Amino acid sequence: MFDTLIDQFWSLTLSGIALGFIYVLVSLGYTMVYGVLRMINFANSEIFMFGTFATIVISRDFLGNVDSPNSLPLPKLILTITLCLVGSMIVSGLVAIFVELVAYRRLRARGTNRLATLISAIGISIVLSEFMRIITHSRPTLNPRVLEKKSLFEIAGANFRIDTVLTIVFAAVLFIVLDRFVKFSRLGRAIRAVSMNEDASKLMGIDLNKVISATFLIGGLMSGAASFFYVLTYENTKFNVGFTLGLAAFTAAVIGGIGNIRGAFFGGLSLGLVEVYASAILGTEWKSVTVFVILVLVLVLKPSGIFGEAVQQTRA
Amino acid sequence: MTMINLKESFKESNFRDVGAHIWEHASAVERKIMAVSFIGLAALLPFMGFGLLDTPVSDYGAVLVYPVGMFILMALGLNIVVGKSGLLDLGYVAFFAIGAYTMAILGTRTSLNTWEIMPIGIALAMLAGLILGLPALRLRGDYLAIVTLGFGEIVRISALNTREIGGPNGIANIPVPPSIGPLEFSLNDQKGFFWVVLLMILLTIWMIRRLSVRRAGRAWEAIRQDEDVAELMGVNTLKYKLWSFSLGAAVGGAAGVLYGSKTLFIAPEMFTLNVSILILACVVFGGMGNIWGVMVGAAILAYLPERIRFISDARLLVFGLALVITMNFRPDGILPRKKREKVIVKKEKNNG
Repeated sequence: MFDTLIDQFWSLTLSGIALGFIYVLVSLGYTMVYGVLRMINFANSEIFMFGTFATIVISRDFLGNVDSPNSLPLPKLILTITLCLVGSMIVSGLVAIFVELVAYRRLRARGTNRLATLISAIGISIVLSEFMRIITHSRPTLNPRVLEKKSLFEIAGANFRIDTVLTIVFAAVLFIVLDRFVKFSRLGRAIRAVSMNEDASKLMGIDLNKVISATFLIGGLMSGAASFFYVLTYENTKFNVGFTLGLAAFTAAVIGGIGNIRGAFFGGLSLGLVEVYASAILGTEWKSVTVFVILVLVLVLKPSGIFGEAVQQTRA
Repeated sequence: MTMINLKESFKESNFRDVGAHIWEHASAVERKIMAVSFIGLAALLPFMGFGLLDTPVSDYGAVLVYPVGMFILMALGLNIVVGKSGLLDLGYVAFFAIGAYTMAILGTRTSLNTWEIMPIGIALAMLAGLILGLPALRLRGDYLAIVTLGFGEIVRISALNTREIGGPNGIANIPVPPSIGPLEFSLNDQKGFFWVVLLMILLTIWMIRRLSVRRAGRAWEAIRQDEDVAELMGVNTLKYKLWSFSLGAAVGGAAGVLYGSKTLFIAPEMFTLNVSILILACVVFGGMGNIWGVMVGAAILAYLPERIRFISDARLLVFGLALVITMNFRPDGILPRKKREKVIVKKEKNNG
């Protein structure tokens, strides 16, 4: 039972970290929105899903890439990666703004109860994924391979493939940029102010609607980047790709303490590792069950997560 | 000035209140006549499958049982949880699945028949409700929603991965219920099933109505309006939330047993999150907390996709839109709950 885990420990660890970085980026979408609205962004999984399709459409249809065993020539490869990354970020960001406008804004302006907002968010999430299911006829969409998955180097049996390294490096950079941005930029300070005290920040002249839209946008951008790395690694997507991944990323956000950006980082990485180890022990078919059991345990035993943010008293 | 008053009074009145007005001003005899004629009309529905009511997409008699009857039954069950006590349960399908699997396993492996399995299925669903509720109901709002959602998925994935109960292939050859007197149950003529569903709906309505005016119903209402205050006033909130959860589960389990016995074959893919969302849409669209609203909402949302082919292809899309639009423009649903229950909320608004 534990043989696989022991034999391939380091290679599992590496893929756990790469998966963890994807979780980190997606869980930022949950955590940032939660920070300002004190509400779960139920449609974040669909925001991610739209990003994966954007990546494939840009690479396959816009740049005309076809599946090939070898990597593209370097200039075109860089162009593809840049355009796909930026494109998926923009698409996910726009979807996130759309979600906020349609599902949250009107209800927030009228001050309806949280149950109504929650249901409206679930509704928009269903609409987005069903829309994609209908136009793709429920079929998975394949990404043309543009990058030969060569091994760069190997440490202790862990194979540092080029896509793994790209994911880890880019995601880490994006995370640091976001962390600095929220800490020091004017908009970042406004976001933090709103999450600390909505009324006081309104009195200080902060445009609440603008800040909330911006928060959704930033969360969407991060989820969009995650969707690019997801497609780079798994090379396909489907209309329901966001469901399991969204649940996992949400769990990551809760582990780290939802609303807490650095918490999301550690939550994402630890969940990625735990998930990979658990799959090695129990088999991949129990993967999502493991994630969910972790979520319940964290919520019941330490609802504030590792880095804090009391969630238990959140009102419905 | 008059215009504003007119507009106000128009805004304030709704079909629900008109209906309640008629009912409350009727004598006991009149009430009995109304109730009997409504039930009689509903019982005759299987014979009305022609003309406008007919369903071109699928068999009318079958549509009346599933989805229409079943959706109404499950929406009433979920309404106890979402509408009465304000707890968002996104894993309702799990109880339906537990009922259906109980029927399938016991029906194919033992000599028990549907009516004998029914109480077992209900008991197991209630037990599952308690097991999920004990940790989950300590959480509130969004977290409860996510945890119940995950629970629904866990039940489905466990069924998918357990080879002893068929895994992804599911269980086939589930027996139909034995006939009661002259009433036979067959798939070609589903009148029998429809009348059983109708009876279960009536029993559920009776249960909800009884409970609503008793301690449990008042506790749920208090929890829905303000849980902290309810707790301070001495309501044992966890206890009543568990009650609401397991009663909802019981209705879901009962619907599951009957569904298993009706479809002959069940598989894990029938019990996805989508079912929970569909039922939630029925509750929300009709009017959370109001029995009539929930029934009308469920009937419309279950019937329309069968009536109009375009909708049946994009069923979930339409349901999702129904959720967003209802919440944005008519958060109380098409038939909102009684005004009496809203009064307190309103006073709060005026003061605050």
